[in-house]
Amino acid sequence: MNTAASDKFAIRTSALTRRFGNLTATDGIELRIPYGEIFGLLGANGAGKSTLIKMLTTLLSPTSGSAEVGGFDIIKSPGEVRRRIGYVSQLVSADGALTGYENLRLSAKLYGLPATERGERIASALEFMGLADTAHRLVKTYSGGMIRRLELAQAMLHRPAILFLDEPTIGLDPVARRMVWDRLLNLRRDYGMTVLITTHDMEEAETLSDELAILHAGRISVVGKPAELRAGLGAEATMDDVFIHYAGGLIHESGTFSEVARNRRTAQRLG
Amino acid sequence: MKRLIRESAAIVEVELIKLVRDPTEIISRAVQPVLWLVVFGQVLAQVRGIHTGQLSYLAFITPGILAQSVLFSAIFYGIAVIWERDLGVVHKLLVSPARRISLVFGKAVAAGFRGILQAVVIYLVALAMHVSLRLEPLAIFAVLASVMLGSGIFATFSLIIACIVKTRERFMGIGQLLTMPMFFASNAIYPLDIMPGWLRVVAQINPLTYLIDALRGLMISGGESVHGYAVDFSVMLAVFVVLLFIAVRLYPTLAE
Repeated sequence: MNTAASDKFAIRTSALTRRFGNLTATDGIELRIPYGEIFGLLGANGAGKSTLIKMLTTLLSPTSGSAEVGGFDIIKSPGEVRRRIGYVSQLVSADGALTGYENLRLSAKLYGLPATERGERIASALEFMGLADTAHRLVKTYSGGMIRRLELAQAMLHRPAILFLDEPTIGLDPVARRMVWDRLLNLRRDYGMTVLITTHDMEEAETLSDELAILHAGRISVVGKPAELRAGLGAEATMDDVFIHYAGGLIHESGTFSEVARNRRTAQRLG
Repeated sequence: MKRLIRESAAIVEVELIKLVRDPTEIISRAVQPVLWLVVFGQVLAQVRGIHTGQLSYLAFITPGILAQSVLFSAIFYGIAVIWERDLGVVHKLLVSPARRISLVFGKAVAAGFRGILQAVVIYLVALAMHVSLRLEPLAIFAVLASVMLGSGIFATFSLIIACIVKTRERFMGIGQLLTMPMFFASNAIYPLDIMPGWLRVVAQINPLTYLIDALRGLMISGGESVHGYAVDFSVMLAVFVVLLFIAVRLYPTLAE
């Protein structure tokens, strides 16, 4: 696995800001995420989660501020950052017209895995995600949970130090969701990967996250361990209470038309 | 260079797998050029209203119809790219350490292979219609190289449009707006010297003209390249390099 040993933080941002015209999508984000941690990023639709992930994965340039991922600056060394990260998009990015094996082989080639190692790495990733028996089936015949596990297999194939997961369980039924959680926890246990996960699911946030941040209107409202955040609001407080308290209580009013349409498309494809 | 080839080959491989698995697009795209040759070409050949030198009208338009087929097939490549963007495939590719030029070049080469399949169909139809084709291996190889280059040009141009418009609906409108004028403002179905002056100027800056010019000399017995092969290939290569440079700059904006 590729890590920058000199730095204990897998992700470090400083005043990270992105504006789209007059809209400030993220505003002065300060984050420190240690290696090996599963870090949850919560917030209503439009709070800035996806913009933040896009900047950290080098898909989008910040307007101002800076960030280091895996010890490398996202602006100065985007190639080094990309070698050290895996990414599962909110969208369904596995190619349905290819088999699971072919999807993984494409990733292996794009990540430059040596030809001598490809077969073993792909077999190992398929086994790890419970997809070995279905590797040669077209992905369009997979269930939603299988597709998400395949995407996780693609994201972990090159053994990245850091995984970015943008709402990886959106549209999945509870059983498939649990299977994805199990695989994520195993990834951290077996490979020590740092995981940054965005979610709207409070149970998911509490089950998986060592620490989480809640974004509201592009700013971080709070950072802390789930139990501490609940305790801070009272003995009976749930994660829903924490979310509503720190996310501005706008959960039912937020989200643009395109965001809602995209989420429904994803849910439909996985369903 | 090895990295460029390896990464581009990975993109080409998956495109070809998908094409072989579902060849309906190739079959449906073959219908239009066949109609142009069998119906339009035969009827216009009877009229004898267009002077095409020593070539029959059918022989004259055969390279034009191949180039049209290449243009129409490649120019809608952008739709597939927008579809990949909507699915999240583009995001996945752009987060990988693969170089942007490899991703764009791979798409262009894959479009070239689709163009070659179109060329095979048109060769077969032209032979069935007794068009006198050059069948020397070197000439056929040069035709395939021209088709690869032409497909690469129009697929990359299409990708640039996709990066600018970003939605399928807008792309469809612009795609229709571009293809027919490019086709008619070229030497595909009539020679340059019968065009009005203004149209000839447009045709001279249309890369399709140079593709057709090269194909006419390389594909048809007795055909010749008016501009010369060196000019034809130099123009096409230069256009491809410029478009590739622009596409490499714009492709990452699809994931923003």
